[in-house]
Formats: sequence, structure tokens, C-alpha cells
Amino acid sequence: MELLSGGDIVIRALKDAGVKNVWGYPGGAALHIYDALYRQDDVYHLLVRHEQAAVHAADGFSRATGEVGTALVTSGPGATNAITGIATAYMDSIPLVVISGQVPLTKIGQDAFQETDMVGVSRPIVKHSFLVTRAEDIAETIAKAYYIASTGRPGPVVVDIPKDVTDPSHKVPYIYPREVKMRSYQPTDKGHRGQIKRAVKILIGAKRPIIYAGGGVVIDNASEQLIALAKALNYPVTNTLMGLGCYPGTDPQYLGMLGMHGTFEANSAMHHADVIFAIGARFDDRVTNDLDKFCPHATIIHVDVDPTSVSKNIEAHIPIVGTCTSVLEEMLAINKDLDIKPDTDAIAEWWTQLDQWRADKGIYTASRYEESSGSCIKPQDVIKMLYKVTNGEAIVTSDVGQHQMFAAQYYLFDKPRTWINSGGLGTMGFGLPAAMGCQLAFPDKDVACVTGEGSIQMNIQELSTCSQHKLPVKIINLNNAALGMVRQWQDMNYSSRYSESVYEDSLPDFVKLAEAYGHVGMKITHIDELETKMRECFAMKDRVVFMDIDIDRSEHVYPMQRPGGSMNDLWLNKTEST
Amino acid sequence: MKRIISILLENESGALSRVVGLFAQRGYNIDTLTVAPTDDDTLSRLTLTTQGDDHMAEQIVKQLHKLIDTIKVVDLTVGPHIERELMLVKIKATDNGVRTELKSCVEIFRGHIIDVTPATYTVQLAGDSDKLDAFIEAVREMGIMEVVRSGVSGISRGDKFLRV
Repeated sequence: MELLSGGDIVIRALKDAGVKNVWGYPGGAALHIYDALYRQDDVYHLLVRHEQAAVHAADGFSRATGEVGTALVTSGPGATNAITGIATAYMDSIPLVVISGQVPLTKIGQDAFQETDMVGVSRPIVKHSFLVTRAEDIAETIAKAYYIASTGRPGPVVVDIPKDVTDPSHKVPYIYPREVKMRSYQPTDKGHRGQIKRAVKILIGAKRPIIYAGGGVVIDNASEQLIALAKALNYPVTNTLMGLGCYPGTDPQYLGMLGMHGTFEANSAMHHADVIFAIGARFDDRVTNDLDKFCPHATIIHVDVDPTSVSKNIEAHIPIVGTCTSVLEEMLAINKDLDIKPDTDAIAEWWTQLDQWRADKGIYTASRYEESSGSCIKPQDVIKMLYKVTNGEAIVTSDVGQHQMFAAQYYLFDKPRTWINSGGLGTMGFGLPAAMGCQLAFPDKDVACVTGEGSIQMNIQELSTCSQHKLPVKIINLNNAALGMVRQWQDMNYSSRYSESVYEDSLPDFVKLAEAYGHVGMKITHIDELETKMRECFAMKDRVVFMDIDIDRSEHVYPMQRPGGSMNDLWLNKTEST
Repeated sequence: MKRIISILLENESGALSRVVGLFAQRGYNIDTLTVAPTDDDTLSRLTLTTQGDDHMAEQIVKQLHKLIDTIKVVDLTVGPHIERELMLVKIKATDNGVRTELKSCVEIFRGHIIDVTPATYTVQLAGDSDKLDAFIEAVREMGIMEVVRSGVSGISRGDKFLRV
């Protein structure tokens, strides 16, 4: 039997778990592992400039591919820097394995140099965590970590490994388990057949139905089945922020995103629906608005792989616990066999109403904002131009704020895993490292990071990582010299008292900054140069291009739900509301 | 209402902290908590009591079940069950009158005096929480020096059992 040291076992087990790349940052407690990494060619390591970015990059890689992302950090500050990344992945159910070095077992609890109780610190934001205490346990623990991260409702798993466990002089037999079985962890796969049958009957009997699909459909690769069901029934579909792309954004049955900055038609359809079919969505507070006023007429069918998501915020009439794919496939089969069909007259009437809402107040049937002119560039127009220049085929990552909402609204995602954003945690600084992960996964695809001058500065050091690892992402910086979403709230709720939300003249020259990192910088100040410059940007396939675009500083994101109202209580612009 | 939740979990380091952490994280209170290995020492049996309506209890049970280390979770309060708690009480007993009265009180409550000094009696009492509360009220006037309660342990009545 092969004898290996703990450090070698870590890397070999990663290889055997199918890992091809790892994002990380070395440090004292992880040095044995890094030495093992140096002596092999199977696992490719990408050195980042901050551990938070390592986790976001692994996360972006995972979101774009569906595979488990991997990050490797050292103890203490390395581990704590990773925390924001782990929390981001946890909130959006992204499968990650984060391996952290730890001080030697003999030093644990001694307040040793760079000691942090990583298992303790990360506990509320991981799906599970392990502290490995013997070299013999490393391979099995890593196998378990990948199994747990990727099954059921996915999530991040931390594996904390003390330095003496990876000691190069201590060799033990290497055995990677062929399969993982855990008596305490058996995730649900198939939903209850009787419940699914009831759900299909209720869905078919609906007169004003809506399909409300979320990130679970993306994660479970269930788009095809979702589209098949929506098409078979001719029902309208809305996607959550996390679900964008799981139903094609350009399809006529698509009503746009729902929720706080969702479309009028999607939010109105939800409010007036008699049956809501929620799949892979969790009735988040950014969707429902006031729970007491939520969709008063609706019978709710709720499909989710995580039982705790069902009936947590909104009581489901038909709860179904199972994977999106298996439940949808079963529904399609049942629908075929049943001899009842949807009430076509009622559905036609419903579509007349939906089309009316679209025509009256929808953001896709007319421009609901003043269009750009001269040096007044509207952020919405930048996103529309991005869509045009990339033929709607780019992978778009975003940071958090107004630019994120504009991208969500105006880039019509036709494919899942092409819209990569931090929905649950709302992590500024996510966009650039996530884009690196996407670019690594798809070297030939256009990867655009839509960001703002606030968010980009939270992980801007990664421009250096892009150089080192040849990751030619394109940065679309919507620069309004302010924390736009904060300022929007200050406009709406605080009489425009801009407390700490403006940068005044403190912003860097982003063109020079990009150039300093060896990249291409572009400054756009006039709408007429936007298309040419953006085409130039995307023509530079092997370069990082930083497009710094001065946008209208006063623009707000609309529609916007009025706090304390129902789903369709919306501000439509600065003066008009429903 | 009071809930008694019983959990079978892997007897591994960190398992208990995940359970306790979950309650803190989700804003639930733990009123009592007991935990010990079972006859199978790879398993721990944990009983905790909390307050909550049906919706909250359902969420708590589901959230506990979601923890990777938990194998089984039941809300004992939904069916017939037995709860027991152990209490040790040290009472000031210098006066002969008090000593006599305390002894009869202990008898009435079916407790035991397990330690005696010229100045104190230490009483051991087992029962449901209400009985222990009642005993404390009955002897309060005599001068309670110290109270130690184990927290509730529970088991369902009849044929139902919690086992892997």
C-alpha cells in the first residue's frame, strides 16, 4: 500500500475527488500542503491577492460549471479572510470545499501565532465542517466534504487541517474511499408521488397560474424540464434574482424578474394569481414584500430540496420536498398521462391581462426612463449595449447595488449559469473574483463583470491575479461616484441626506489603475462612443479591459416595491407608483 | 407551549456546538439541555426543551434535522411521552422543627435525603419539571442554599423508540 504524508494526501485526495483547480493563498500552517502542491501537476493552483477572492473565484467557477469549487487558505487571518466568501456561498447554496491550515494540534487552544478556531468561526455559515486530527483521516474527510457540498441543498464545507497532521515525515497508507455513506446524512431526492400528483391537478385546474422559479432550478440543472412544463401548459414564468437564466429571458412566456426590483407584470401576476408554482425558490423577503399582504388569492405549491425552506416564510398548501429535476420530470410524466387539460379560455384571458400589464407599465415594452443623451449616459443603456455587443451570450457577473439590478433587469439571460451574482448575502467585491472563476472555466467565452466604483474597489487587487493567470475578464464599471443604491434609499427615505455615500473627488483614475496592472483602461463619458469602445473592448480577447463609464448620477432603480405593501405595490419611477 | 425535543446525534466533537449554535443563530431559546452518550457510544442522545408554537416547532425540528451530525429528531410533545428531571437541593436545616418538616416534605414528594450535616440537608428529587417546581415552592421558606437541576430527559410512551 502506498504511504504518503498528510500534505501529499490532501493534494492526492483533491485529485481523486476530481478537482482540477484550487484558488488559494499560502501561509505558515498550510506550507506542508503547498509543498505537496509544488511537487505534482494534477491540481492547478491559482494564487489570488486576498483569501476572500479565492473563495469568490472558486464560487464563480462553481456557479458557472455546476462543479464543486475549491479554495485553500492558511490559518488565522487566511481563514477569517475567507469567511465572507464562505457566507456568500452558503446563502446562495453553492457547493464549495474550503481547506484551511490550522496551527498544530499541540498548539490548539494556546492562542498560538495565527490561531483562529476556524470550525467555530465558520459554524453558522457552512453546510458542515471538519477538524482533521489524524493523517489517516484526511482522504476520507475530503471525500465526505465533496459529497456533502454537492448533494442535497449544496453548500460550503470547511476542512480545517492542523499543521502537524500534514507533517512530511509522518507517512500513512493512502486510501481514497470508493463511495461515501453517512448514516446521519441522506438527502432527499424524489418527492412524494401522491403530493406531486395533487400538485399537477391543482396546477392544471388553475385559471391565473404563475410559475415562480428560483436558483434551485439553476443549481439542479432543471431548466430543460422547467421549460418543457411551462410550454406544455402555456403558463407564464417569473424568475428570482438567483434564478435568472433558468427560464429564457427572451421567451414570450417570461414575465421578467419578480420581487423588490421585479417587473410590474411579474409582481402583478404573482399578486393576482390563483395558483403559484414555486420551484427552487424560497419566498425571500426581497421577493414577498409584506408577508401579511402576500398573494392573497393563491394556492401555493412549493418544491424545494431543503425541507426547512418549505413553509418557512409562507405556508405551502402543497409542499413537495425533492430535487427540482426529479419533481419536474415526474410532473411532466403525470401531465402526459392525465386526461384533464388546462382551461384554455381562462388561460387566454389571463394572458390578455398579463399582456395588458406589460404594455402599460412593463420595462420591456417601452423605455420607462429618460434615455441617454450626450454626456448623460443611463446605466440601463450600458447594460442594453452590453447585451447587444455580446449577443446576449456573455457570462455576466456582478457586484452588489444599482448596477446589479440594472444588469438583472436589462441583460436578458437565455441560459442558466450565465448570470453570476451574490443574491443572498449581497457581497460587494464578489464580481471580479467570480468573473475570474468563470473565465477559468470557460476561457473562450466573454466574461463581463458589471460593477460600480464602490464594489470594484472591494477586491480590485485581483486585477493582479488576472495578469498572473491570464484571465482576460472585461470590467464594466458603472461609475456614478457614489454608492448608488445607498444614495437611492437616502433619496427616498432620508430627504437626500447623503450620509457617507459619495466619494467626492477621491476616486482613482481607473484607466491608469488598470494600466498599472498591465491591463487596458478605457474611459467613456459620452453615449456616442459607448458602442464603438465596447466593441473594441470585447474584441481584445486576451486582454483584461477595464471600461470606466461615467453614468447619470441621479438615476434610480425602478420598479421598486413600496415597503410594507403587497408584491405589486410599486414605485414605477420617481413620481409614479401603482 | 413547552416543547421537548429529542435528538440522536453522532457522538463527535463539535456536534453539540452545532445544535446549540443553531438555536442562537435562528433566534430560538433553549430552556433546558441534557446530553450523554447512549448504550452505543458512537451516538449521543440529547434532550432539550424550548417554547414555541406549532410552526416554530416544525421549523426547529427541520433545522435540527438538516444538521449533518443529527440522525433522528422528534418533538416528544406531539405524542404521549414521559419526562423526568433530576434535582439536588441543599437546604439550611439547623432547627429541629425545620428538619422534621423537611423530612416529611421529602417523603410526600418521594425524594431522598442524600447528605446530612448539622446545618444542612441535601435532597435528591426526580420527576417532571412541575413537580420539581412545586417542591421548591414547598421548601422555599426553610432556606434554600443551592439548587441543581439536570434539565429534562424524555422518552415517548409505548412502542415508539428512537434508535438508528
